[in-house]
Amino acid sequence: MKGGGLRIYAVLYLVFLYAPIVLLPIFAFNDSTIIAFPLSGFTTKWFGELADIPALHGAVLNSLMIAITTSLLATTLGICASRASARYAFPGKKPIMGFIMLPLVLPEIIVAVALLVVLLALGLPLGAWTVILGHVLICTPFSIAILTSAFANMDRSLEEAAVDLGETPWSTFRLITLPLVMPGIISSLLISFTISLDEFIIAFFLTGTEPTLPVYLWSQLRFPQKIPAVMALGTILVALSVLLLTIAEYYRRRGVARAGGKDTGGFL
Amino acid sequence: MTRPPIIELRDVQKYYGEYHALRGITCDIRQGEFFSLLGPSGCGKTTLLRTIAGFEDVSSGTVVIDGKNMQGVPANQRPTNMVFQSYAIFPHLSVEQNVGFGLRRAGLDKGEMARRVGEALEMVGLAGYGKRAAHALSGGQRQRVALARALILKPKVLLLDEPLSALDKKLRENMQVELIKLQRQVGITFILVTHDQEEALVMSDRIAVMSEGGIAQMDDPETLYRRPNSRWVADFIGVMNFLPAKVVSEAGDTVEVEIAGLGRAELTANQAMASAGGHEVSVGLRPETLTIQFNGNQSGERIAEGVIEEVVYYGDMTYYDVRLDGAAVPVRISMRNLVGRPVLEIGTRARVAWSAGALVLFR
Ligand SMILES: Nc1ncnc2c1ncn2[C@@H]1O[C@H](COP(=O)(O)OP(=O)(O)OP(=O)(O)O)[C@@H](O)[C@H]1O
Ligand SMILES: [Mg+2]
Repeated sequence: MKGGGLRIYAVLYLVFLYAPIVLLPIFAFNDSTIIAFPLSGFTTKWFGELADIPALHGAVLNSLMIAITTSLLATTLGICASRASARYAFPGKKPIMGFIMLPLVLPEIIVAVALLVVLLALGLPLGAWTVILGHVLICTPFSIAILTSAFANMDRSLEEAAVDLGETPWSTFRLITLPLVMPGIISSLLISFTISLDEFIIAFFLTGTEPTLPVYLWSQLRFPQKIPAVMALGTILVALSVLLLTIAEYYRRRGVARAGGKDTGGFL
Repeated sequence: MTRPPIIELRDVQKYYGEYHALRGITCDIRQGEFFSLLGPSGCGKTTLLRTIAGFEDVSSGTVVIDGKNMQGVPANQRPTNMVFQSYAIFPHLSVEQNVGFGLRRAGLDKGEMARRVGEALEMVGLAGYGKRAAHALSGGQRQRVALARALILKPKVLLLDEPLSALDKKLRENMQVELIKLQRQVGITFILVTHDQEEALVMSDRIAVMSEGGIAQMDDPETLYRRPNSRWVADFIGVMNFLPAKVVSEAGDTVEVEIAGLGRAELTANQAMASAGGHEVSVGLRPETLTIQFNGNQSGERIAEGVIEEVVYYGDMTYYDVRLDGAAVPVRISMRNLVGRPVLEIGTRARVAWSAGALVLFR
């Protein structure tokens, strides 16, 4: 069979990648505190249990606040940077863009430790804002990658036409540019939100006394009786992330189609 | 009667970094004129149009529109509107919203706005299309929307950057005629950029032929075609045969030349396009100014003889390449295929009638 070896490799790869994630919902609905086969029976009580943990609710709120702030900040920075890089040539453009995109390939632990060292050296207190800082750092490159293609796909003469018809550069941006890159902006907001919501290492290092959801989740792993509830929580988080990323990809593709461009990648 | 100029360009220079894109453009464009910028790709036509529109700053020189110096005046405050090559129809707006876009700032009430948009759509033959989504239009329709959108502001000058190049041949020819009619109807000065010489000849009152950032010749279509001022322009516009010639004598307004294949001819000053110099010159003749004689001699014509080397049949026309006796290269002759006129074969000897008045001398 042609490409047989490659196909087997692909299947194995997917199994190793996703098997642990598939185990998550399986045990979240399993009626036993022991995480082992054979399964004992179907239950939704672990999900019910989540409603009775005040510390969890605090972590959820904290995470939501951080994720929303991060996605707004990262996307705003992303709009500025990608608009500049798509439209203008300026000295040092390549190295500057390279530096902005660097966190995309840096291990998160490096980013986290480096930030922690700097913050401690400056004597600044840790808290939600330090987590936001770290998350903006890693989310902005994603935002730029999405938005650069949105801006680059836009026919430049559309903006010129609006100016030609009497609009100022600013009203042109509002009336023409923004609506046309809006799908990209929505996609960037959703992806940044999801990355921030799921991120563990930076949050673990930089969070103060109030943990984010992943940090709280990790802290609960010490208690065996709580593991099924953790599984339930993890299931919700995974489902939410998949949903958000799917919506984000939908908007990204729609943006590309609307601007009349060819699809050149994306993260999904 | 010459109308006053609406646009005055004085020694306009444009550099892109090191690259000298416009090399001293000086010209006046008159009110209500259909003016074309014609030239090969990369000669600076779009650049010149964009400096008039205000999208590019001039490096030096002045652009005056309607008596006002445009130095420092941004595109949104100039009395010009543009039809872009890509049409630049706003894809997220309806036809109506596209056409009415420029009126947003005029502070019109809804009824007046709708009336003017309807009027503009009617003018370009798109009445009833207002509610359509912009992306659901054909190429020809997009072009009309772009025209209506630019004309609704009643600009002093309408700038068109190769507006017809994206259309197929039939549609293009129809739109040429429609554009001419539209221009006469609205009376606005049109400046058309094109690299299609036929389009420029058909549509324009005057044409500026551009070459490497400069204007090579600026004239009405007939003068441009019949009296090109250089070999380059002659070659660019239509087909021109060149035959080497020698100046025999020059006296006052006339030049006598000895032309390879044709013999002696006396030319007047307006046929000799450049100053006298060396005696090696060349003479240009258009294919349609030469005729192959099928019947007897007509009076007043001069006759040269030669051999047909190539025959190209076009339906209504036939092109013959004839090598005249004593000439090194063949000349192209176009003949209408009238009833009863045979298509001659390669190798036939032909009698070619010509007249000195149709010649142009290049030095
Ligand atoms: N923004 C720019 N930066 C640098 N060079 C440019 C720029 N715009 C145009 N040029 C150069 O200036 C020259 C003239 O360009 P222009 O677009 O005016 O040509 P054109 O006559 O309109 O040609 P075409 O028929 O191909 O559209 C070209 O050599 C082009 O490469
Ligand atoms: Mg051009």
